[in-house]
Amino acid sequence: MAAKTLTIDGQLVSAEEGQTVLDAARDAGIYIPTLCHLNGIQDIGACRLCLVEITGSPKLLPACVTKVQEGMEVQTSSDRLRRYRRMILELLLAERNHVCSVCVSNGHCELQTLAAEHGIDHVRFEYLSPRLEVDLSHRLFGMDHNRCILCTRCVRACWHVEGAGTKNVAGRGIQSRIISDLNQPWGQSETCTACGKCVAACPTGALFNRGATVAEMQRDRTRLEYIVTAREKSQWIV
Amino acid sequence: MLLADLIRIKEQELAGRKPFTLRVCMAAGCVSSNAEAVLAALDRAVKDAGLESQIEVRPVGCLRLCCEGPLVAADPDGKLYKKVRPEDAVSVVKALQGGPTSVRTGDMREPFFEKQFNIVLANSGLIDPERIESYIAADGYVALRNVLRDMSPADVISAITKSGLRGRGGAGYPTGLKWSTVAKTKSARKYVVCNGDEGDPGAFMDRSVLESDPHRVIEGMIIAGYAVGAQQGFIYVRAEYPLAIKRLQTALKQARQFGLLGSNVLESPFSFNIDIRIGAGAFVCGEETALMASIEGLRGNPRPRPPFPAESGLFGEPTLINNVETFANVAPIILQGPEWYASIGTEKSKGTKVFALAGKITRTGLIEVPMGIKLREIVEEIGGGAPEGAKIKAVQTGGPSGGCIPASELDTPVDYESLTKLGSIMGSGGMIVMDETTNMVDVARFFMDFCVDESCGKCIPCRAGTVQMHRLLTKILNRQATESDLKTLEDLCELVRSTSLCGLGQTAPNPVLSTLRFFRSEYIELLQPKSPSPECASTAEKKGEPADDKPVEGR
Repeated sequence: MAAKTLTIDGQLVSAEEGQTVLDAARDAGIYIPTLCHLNGIQDIGACRLCLVEITGSPKLLPACVTKVQEGMEVQTSSDRLRRYRRMILELLLAERNHVCSVCVSNGHCELQTLAAEHGIDHVRFEYLSPRLEVDLSHRLFGMDHNRCILCTRCVRACWHVEGAGTKNVAGRGIQSRIISDLNQPWGQSETCTACGKCVAACPTGALFNRGATVAEMQRDRTRLEYIVTAREKSQWIV
Repeated sequence: MLLADLIRIKEQELAGRKPFTLRVCMAAGCVSSNAEAVLAALDRAVKDAGLESQIEVRPVGCLRLCCEGPLVAADPDGKLYKKVRPEDAVSVVKALQGGPTSVRTGDMREPFFEKQFNIVLANSGLIDPERIESYIAADGYVALRNVLRDMSPADVISAITKSGLRGRGGAGYPTGLKWSTVAKTKSARKYVVCNGDEGDPGAFMDRSVLESDPHRVIEGMIIAGYAVGAQQGFIYVRAEYPLAIKRLQTALKQARQFGLLGSNVLESPFSFNIDIRIGAGAFVCGEETALMASIEGLRGNPRPRPPFPAESGLFGEPTLINNVETFANVAPIILQGPEWYASIGTEKSKGTKVFALAGKITRTGLIEVPMGIKLREIVEEIGGGAPEGAKIKAVQTGGPSGGCIPASELDTPVDYESLTKLGSIMGSGGMIVMDETTNMVDVARFFMDFCVDESCGKCIPCRAGTVQMHRLLTKILNRQATESDLKTLEDLCELVRSTSLCGLGQTAPNPVLSTLRFFRSEYIELLQPKSPSPECASTAEKKGEPADDKPVEGR
């Protein structure tokens, strides 16, 4: 496989052909914020936080799905990009009820971390404050739609890693919801294997282990990563 | 089937013609105002008068002057009967032989028709869309037969390229270039997709073409399939167009019976099939990647491009995806030559464009005009200006992705570049005229409301950003907003335009941006003078603040 050389934030970086800009940057120790990206799960370029500027391209491109090219010049944190990222995070915070102080994921939340990184101490948009359901019908897990950012990491983990196909998206636009099977209570799902991969994949406090209380919901992403890398490297024990 | 068969069918069809013809518009607009009863009444009236050998009553596609429907056109005198009721049938039949009639009449020399130029709609209103023989009599499928006999796929692509045809879905991508990219991508399996998911409010061009001349679109798709090396085509039509779907199904069945679809098209080695896929009502499925996901049976969500459909499209295979009107242009280009087509229109925008003229205008309906025509000619001469002498304020083109062009810019020629320069787009062909009573902020909110409803929800800027823009516009309309809200609105417009995933999101702010550009004072008037008013007035005066102005964040 041919190697490619590109410049990211003025730093010369080498990458494998077919690698994404995001992977190349992370290999080189350059940080690009992400939310819908999760190692090992198919990327969809939906959260728009990893947008980067590439010289010669009039449009901003998502680093997670843009492949490296020889001689590419990438800017990952211009003023404009930082301004956009901050607004995107503010939009998310205003969309549903992200109240950290009473959240199971307080202190372990990717949205919270990103908000802190971007210096968000207030939100300029009107809070939509929808009253959404909390599904506690499953014996092991719970789903709080108020905390969901619709990154669909749970959906992709469920379909592509576990292969159960329980989680899905219903509705459209602001009405979109993560559902189980055909919008049944999670506990009545006939396809859910209770593997917990969706819970491990969730970046916020939307999916949690039952019994977790404020700030107790810590996720063990290494479990998910192990399964993914084991599959890639065919390390299954037969 | 061979050329001789096509000619035989044409001759038979022409030999069956009667001295008089009454063409009854059976497109959805007239059907909804009772055209079916008019057709039946005319049939009966002809029978009662014993004139069956003299008069043919033919159901046809769109006769265009939709505001005057149900329409009946008469041959050979060229009269156009307007707002025909079933009880008028006897009088219409009598009038055909020179008698007086109570029905209001006009003819094809009216200003509404005079400035029009027919390519795409050439058969519309003339042929019976439910009979393939009627299409063949109008030289239908001759282009296909010429292509299969005399032209290589490369010849076809070069003809399309030379014609200068550009995508009629709105973005205006050169059609020949698209075809040649798909043709050059190597794969055993390729697809041709026709995008008939027309969803802009006020737009009905594709519906009319499919209802009036379905075979034209099918012929264009078969030629495209031959040119790019595809074996399978899909027509994606929205479920809201039941009549178009029915006529397409009839047309596809007839084309299969006549050996124009299926194995060995017209006894050549080339095989091609077309199936219909019906959309479930999502506007976003008109976006090509979402449309293909929908055909695959997945949720209709767009995905980032690249890879472009020409490389990896439907089921991961190279896919050619064009709009209904684009395919409808193919057969005439082949028949009359690319040079003829390239001679129509402007330097960069060739041919004609079909528009659905609607809104505050005297004559609404379907029009086809050469590219480069001035907006003023469309609005004032074809459309007859605003009703009751009202003054026209703006023209909206391109639906929720387009913008409002103020009356002061009406001398703009209609082509892709000029409209883009004004912050609007050509779009698929919706054209809504607004008069002085229209509140432009309300117009912006109407389109934003549409975008909120139709956002797929995949990417955050479009899903949450459109909702916030809608809230801000409502706040402005309720006179509760301040200068800083307007600033936030503009920041949001920039964000949603630059960071959304697909075209729907990237263009969602256009109605706001274009009204802000030309009608900023209407926004300012609605603002609350919260801060001391002199300051407010001074900011209102300087149009367009410097872009680097930081939003009020109170850090």
